[in-house]
Amino acid sequence: MTTIHTPGGPHKHPDEEARYQEAEPGLIAETSEGAQEMGPRSSTKSDELTKEFGAALRLPEGIELDPGDINIETSEDQTMIINMGPQHPSTHGVLRIMMELEGETVLRTKPVIGYLHTGMEKTAEGLTYLQGPTNVTRMDYLSPLHNELVFSLATEALLGLEIPDRATWIRMLMVELNRMSSHLMWMATNGMDLGSTSMMIYGFREREMILSFFEKVTGLRMNHNYIRPGGVAADLPDGWEDDVLAIVENVPQRLKEYDQVLTGQPIFRARVDGVGIITQEQAIALSTTGPVLRSTGVPWDLRKDMPYLAYDQVDFDVVVGSVGDTFDRYAVRFNEILESNRIVAQIIDMMPKGDYKIASKKVTPPPRKRIDESMEALIHHFKIYTEGYKVPEGEVYISIESPRGELGCYMVSDGTARPYRMHIRGPSFVNLQSLPTMLHGGFIADAIAVISSVDPVMGEVDR
Amino acid sequence: MSDLDSTFVERENYFPTVAGLKEDGYNLLSDLCAVDYLDHIDRALPEGVARERFEVVVSLTSMSLKKKLRLRVLVPESDPEVESLFPLYPGVEAMEREAYDLLGIRFKGHPDPTRILLPQDWEGHPLRKDYSVGRIPVQFKEVKRTR
Repeated sequence: MTTIHTPGGPHKHPDEEARYQEAEPGLIAETSEGAQEMGPRSSTKSDELTKEFGAALRLPEGIELDPGDINIETSEDQTMIINMGPQHPSTHGVLRIMMELEGETVLRTKPVIGYLHTGMEKTAEGLTYLQGPTNVTRMDYLSPLHNELVFSLATEALLGLEIPDRATWIRMLMVELNRMSSHLMWMATNGMDLGSTSMMIYGFREREMILSFFEKVTGLRMNHNYIRPGGVAADLPDGWEDDVLAIVENVPQRLKEYDQVLTGQPIFRARVDGVGIITQEQAIALSTTGPVLRSTGVPWDLRKDMPYLAYDQVDFDVVVGSVGDTFDRYAVRFNEILESNRIVAQIIDMMPKGDYKIASKKVTPPPRKRIDESMEALIHHFKIYTEGYKVPEGEVYISIESPRGELGCYMVSDGTARPYRMHIRGPSFVNLQSLPTMLHGGFIADAIAVISSVDPVMGEVDR
Repeated sequence: MSDLDSTFVERENYFPTVAGLKEDGYNLLSDLCAVDYLDHIDRALPEGVARERFEVVVSLTSMSLKKKLRLRVLVPESDPEVESLFPLYPGVEAMEREAYDLLGIRFKGHPDPTRILLPQDWEGHPLRKDYSVGRIPVQFKEVKRTR
């Protein structure tokens, strides 16, 4: 490899140097991730093994494993490290999981990520605030509107903008529909992972209805760039109520079918009941949010607890589970589709009239027809699209409830037209850490069901 | 949602402060990230806060109070190291690894101080402001042809 001089580095951690061993030549060595991989038992300290800490399973303080569970005497020839992914169909993208097995029992697990890393936080530093949503929308590609929303809310908080009521309600309508489509997609792939091929087809069928509506409103089925700082890109098309009503009426009926296909299905239940349990204390200590946290019985939902947009004006319930197993995570998502459906039904009646974006000339380009008749409008249009608009100095952390959990955006502005630093707290990135705890002591065959139940979207994990 | 209270803490007091806040009911660590203020070393800071290049930003959530709180720690360029919050919040593990990977902040006491997003042999930390974009050839391992 050629030597590359980087002004900022190299800054290798001493521990890392020690851990990083010179690999032997060969294909395995050339594709190795070095110290990021799970180490063999012999290179793991015994006190770490006592707690089954190792490179993988880390339990929160105060939570002890059952001492009978741990056997530091287990020698290496009794266990085996196997690798799953990054090209495994049930890892929902390029997720690599290394598991240490004793027989069929999983002892340690380590997710190895980064295969989809494209440096989106660095990219964001080069884009104006107007271009920003096109970048963030590609992170969590199953709920792109949530990403756009959190970016726009952060920019608006820095600008101190109050957006029109209609824009707020349009945003709410779109993100709730997006939550439904995201959960439907999860139901589909989860069914597929567990062998229910019909569920795969059903989930995609219902999601299609929502995506068709998105296409009608935003022009695109994914990566919409619809929610922008200052409002939304376009008003809802005429007759949108009918399309949304069709979805609202259809989805609960279809969910009844899902109930028969999955909830009441003994084979499905046998694979998910009591599998991959995580307790409340563990879930909170591991910073998990969203359905993973709620499945343990913690009613924490940012829409309810720290309301944004107009969630305090609509009526909905927070769905919680009881034991935190894979079935609970399924049930939470299943019922969240119904709750989102309830919210969407209320939004149809409550949608206010008015502007869909803020009238402020600072952030809003002039309407298309004004450009034909006014020189100033043309200049304004040109300036806003080439230079962007300046955002006052400051920093802000905004968090919203995405289908996967707390989606946060920490934005630092230095008074120019581009963010000085934009950090996205991806819920699946954090939730993925709960895998070792969930998988510990379970069977390797359950791993598929558990990984699927966390609902990781690798676009957001790696960013 | 809404922006949160923002407090600066000194590096020495960072871990005890967070431990105290955990006692006070801030039971969920929402986010940890770092910022490189290389271009704005002279930014406005409250009285008595030393100007340093890096900042580690921690967002804590209290589920009982329904409040969020932000802590900012200034970290010097010469010794970019703070204590790891891992003993308090095990969920910080991936976030600290990410901050190390992308900005080169080291976390003392972290159980697995390796890169997380970039390959293990990557040179430099891309989110630092002096990491030039576009001029560095993309570093990937070459897999040799075997036939």
